[in-house]
Amino acid sequence: MSATTTASRRSPAPRPKAPTGRRGNRDKPQKWGSPVTYFIALLFVGVCVAPVLYIVLGGFRTNSQITTEPAALPHPWVVGNYTGILKSSVFWGEFANSLIVALTSTVGIVALGLMVSFVIARYDFRLKGAMYSLFAAGLMFPMVIAITPLYLVIKDLGLVDNLLGVIIPQIAFGLPTTVIILVPFLRAIPNEIEEAAAIDGMSRLGFFFRMVVPLSLPGVVTVGILGFVGSWNNYLLPLYVLNSQANYTLPLGVQVFSSQYSTDTAKVLAFTSLAMLPALVFFSVFEKRIVGGLTGAVKG
Amino acid sequence: MRLEIAVLSAPAVITFLAFVIFPVALAAYYGFYQWKGYGEPTDWVGLNNYELILTDSAFHDVLWHNGLILVLSLVIQGPLAIVLALLLNQKIRGRSAIRVLIFVPYIISEVIVGTGWSLMLQSDGAVNDLLHRIGLGSLEADWIADPDLAVWTLMAIITWKYIGFAVILMLAGLQSIPDEIFEAAQIDGASYWQIQRRITLPLLGPTIRIWAFLSIIGSLQLFDLVYIIWGQYVSGTAGTSTMAIYMLAQGRNAGNYGYGSAVAVVMFVISLIVALIYQRFVLRRDLRGAVTEGAV
Repeated sequence: MSATTTASRRSPAPRPKAPTGRRGNRDKPQKWGSPVTYFIALLFVGVCVAPVLYIVLGGFRTNSQITTEPAALPHPWVVGNYTGILKSSVFWGEFANSLIVALTSTVGIVALGLMVSFVIARYDFRLKGAMYSLFAAGLMFPMVIAITPLYLVIKDLGLVDNLLGVIIPQIAFGLPTTVIILVPFLRAIPNEIEEAAAIDGMSRLGFFFRMVVPLSLPGVVTVGILGFVGSWNNYLLPLYVLNSQANYTLPLGVQVFSSQYSTDTAKVLAFTSLAMLPALVFFSVFEKRIVGGLTGAVKG
Repeated sequence: MRLEIAVLSAPAVITFLAFVIFPVALAAYYGFYQWKGYGEPTDWVGLNNYELILTDSAFHDVLWHNGLILVLSLVIQGPLAIVLALLLNQKIRGRSAIRVLIFVPYIISEVIVGTGWSLMLQSDGAVNDLLHRIGLGSLEADWIADPDLAVWTLMAIITWKYIGFAVILMLAGLQSIPDEIFEAAQIDGASYWQIQRRITLPLLGPTIRIWAFLSIIGSLQLFDLVYIIWGQYVSGTAGTSTMAIYMLAQGRNAGNYGYGSAVAVVMFVISLIVALIYQRFVLRRDLRGAVTEGAV
């Protein structure tokens, strides 16, 4: 820290070419910062990543390796745990369930959310404010609080142990965030574009599909990612709704697998790594959007 | 035009009312009954469920745990996240890679985080082994079951899981502050710490307050991590059980849906009170734009 302090103090000094300045030398982007900064940053990254690496690497070890030396690298590396799980129909069944649930929930959240946000953002009617407040208030109703009666509603609809019993509530609970993020986006589309479209003979609905949907794509992607990751990681709702292993999603699968094979730690670690892989891949592909979307959400 | 409004908004409004608002309203209704979840509730018990909840020492325990987790989350994660964000906001190499990597724990599901950590924290697990190897064998402990330690173990895991999110939020907040302000302050001769204290922190205020709000709501609803690592029974003795776990254990798992619903209502009222107080006294400035503008 002290290094940074000195650096910043020096920077406004009237020495334009001074090599010690940090902020002053914007035109040299390839500059290295202070070693203390790097040390703390690396330490932080290490703490964040090490446990994840432990899970992944543990899957490459045998149980006896893990028992004798819990904190060590694989020696020798074994792939049997991973190949065993990749060949098991249980894993792929749960993977498929997670994927179906996540994709349909995401499509539902985006479609319903976009339509209602469009109405709130660009139509004038009496209940508009009430509608927005309704969804905004939804942020106060997290799934944990509603879960007991929600389960009863799902039961009355005959959707227990049915993937739809997870999908539909996930869409409903995803709507508040979606509306909050999308309404400002849609409101920002200039009226001139809408007027021009109307003069060219486009109906309001035509405007929606041909102009609004493409123009709000960044917001839609953000909302879609939040919905997908939220669904992929959801545990509470599947725990209540799904009873038979054939319908389990991966989070339930991980939990059941780890209690079934509680003595086979290596296998549990391999199963766990494979279960988190899709979310990590999805995240690394859309990383900029996720981080950017959060920025927007906070500012909004 | 009315038709368009109806067609476009009906699916979302109906889904939302049916699966979010209606269940919450149902909870309030079922909470007045002693009811096993079959047929219509008939056994009206008035406020009996609420009386039982509020006098149950097990509920006092979980309420205390939630409160402790709430305060500790704010006190530990807040300053840590601000310091780390200030550090990472400098122009250093690999900044975007760092931002991705610190976000990884947040992206992984609670179930996986819980499964992984509970394996590592076993008394013969990796954490104790690592301590032993680096010569800190005296620190080895039963991280999960020891009631003196368990809540701190939980706080460590929560911090690990959510600090990346906090840092990313703070970084986003920092980046929305125009550089000119810092440059002006520097020209006026302000030191690094003066700049952080007098300029950065106040301007980061809205971000910090929104983060704290999210953290508070999250703490009150904590479920997955505790349930996966400690389970319904151990969490009670280890001192990490939360209101949501109490609700599952006393409600669905015990077959008392009326009681479980009443617990949900109590949780909701507590969250609502906390949120309203927070919005009224802390967030008022920040939300003035968002809410009133949106409602117009």
